[in-house]
Amino acid sequence: MNILSNIGKVITVFLEETGKFSFFLMRTLRALTGRWYFKNIFQQILFIGYYSLPVVALTSFFTGGALALQIYYGGNQFNSESIVSSIVALGITRELGPVLGGIVVAGRVSAAIAAEIGTMRVTEQIDALKSLSTDPYEYLVLPRVIAGIITLPLLIFFADIIGIMGGWFIATQSLDFNGDVYLQNTESFLEISDITSGLIKASIFGLIITLMGCYNGFYSSGGAQGVGSATTNAVVSSSILILASNYIMTTLFFAA
Amino acid sequence: MIEIRDLHKSFNKNKVLKGITFNIIRGESAVIIGRSGTGKSVLLKCILGLINADEGNVILNGEELYNKKMSYISQKKTKIGMLFQGSALFDSLKIWQNVSFYDSRKGIKKKICYKKAIENLNKVGLDEKVANLFPSELSGGMQKRVALARAISIEPEVLFFDEPTTGLDPISADVINRLILERVKDIGATAITITHDMASARVIADKIYMIHEGRIIWSGDIGSMEESSNKYVNQFINGKSLGPITLDKN
Ligand SMILES: Nc1ncnc2c1ncn2[C@@H]1O[C@H](COP(=O)(O)OP(=O)(O)O)[C@@H](O)[C@H]1O
Ligand SMILES: [Mg+2]
Repeated sequence: MNILSNIGKVITVFLEETGKFSFFLMRTLRALTGRWYFKNIFQQILFIGYYSLPVVALTSFFTGGALALQIYYGGNQFNSESIVSSIVALGITRELGPVLGGIVVAGRVSAAIAAEIGTMRVTEQIDALKSLSTDPYEYLVLPRVIAGIITLPLLIFFADIIGIMGGWFIATQSLDFNGDVYLQNTESFLEISDITSGLIKASIFGLIITLMGCYNGFYSSGGAQGVGSATTNAVVSSSILILASNYIMTTLFFAA
Repeated sequence: MIEIRDLHKSFNKNKVLKGITFNIIRGESAVIIGRSGTGKSVLLKCILGLINADEGNVILNGEELYNKKMSYISQKKTKIGMLFQGSALFDSLKIWQNVSFYDSRKGIKKKICYKKAIENLNKVGLDEKVANLFPSELSGGMQKRVALARAISIEPEVLFFDEPTTGLDPISADVINRLILERVKDIGATAITITHDMASARVIADKIYMIHEGRIIWSGDIGSMEESSNKYVNQFINGKSLGPITLDKN
């Protein structure tokens, strides 16, 4: 009895949430045909891109370095010069750059968006927007989502370069590799499609991060506590969705 | 003219509005009183379309605001300006940008927006000095006035005020009351004000409606309110905890 009713409850909540999210998504898509607030898009690009750059760069640099060390220690040390550089390049551009960068940005941006929009919800600023004939999906949601889709690939492109440089730095400084040879190996091994596949992923992550931030903020309720849990939910859901969608995209892109 | 017809609204099992019906004539200043949590704000939001009513309709200057499927019409002819309970100023925008928000959406030039914002700020007794501040830098009373300036900036025929004087000192409250009265008389607007503040109600009301447990249980003008033998009204205006209105309902 009890188990059944609990299962029922879970299913109800799930369906309710799915319905709410579908509605939200539909309204956001409809906003595409409405008014475009270019100034807001620009502000959000600045906010997401510029201010995330340092953390993304740091994450990527250290990941590239650690990756170089692991490949060197764990791999066959014979022929390691070409192996290290090529695996660092592939690992960073295809997987680690976009995924780690995405998760770092999710922690920062998704939370900030959820907190901002959530506060606007509980202080009735969203109602005020509507009372001034402004569609909050056009004014708040769409600019953030578009900025996310545009900015994440740019950020991750930087992250790729810095991650490869991180590998190069460790390889030349602590593994005594020849720096020029390392870079030549990277260049000859890496293909454009390795980079573009990562950037396509990054775009999808940008969509996920901003959409989850907006959605959780938009439906937050119950004052400061509600905004707090909206923020947490935004980060958790966007991180999980990044990891899951990354797996799916990797399968689609590379399993051919 | 605003006709509210048998309006119902529930949130899950919580029946908030259980059939609200009343009419407000053009140019009238109506005041809604009632305990907190009785659905006064929900009522205004249903009229504005911020919350969708479940049943009933609102007819604003002859236009039905809900269609047959009970969804709110997307473009209504009559503009309604709203002063929210907590002011609801946009905290990322400066004061003048808040006040000229509506104009700037319409593509009016920045310079003209600024000028109009200052004019509207002047109307609520604020001067240009506050224009470049952010909402968090103002006191509660000043924020209410800015919110009022923003509400009138859309040149509405109908104005809603949700607890405009709550949390203000008596002097600021009086300033707000006068501004409301002035605005209503000035632009000939129709107004609905929610308040707990009986002093404020006495100043601004042409007609008073008392809402209790989702229904209008009494209406009349100020004079008849003071003399009313209705037990609910009596208890409310005299602020007694003993009487037919009990606390355990929420
Ligand atoms: N968005 C909402 N979701 C769920 N319940 C709500 C919502 N808005 C208001 N309520 C409920 O409706 C009732 C009336 O609220 P409200 O209209 O704000 O009262 P008041 O008369 O003090 O303005 C309260 O019980 C409140 O919990
Ligand atoms: Mg209220």
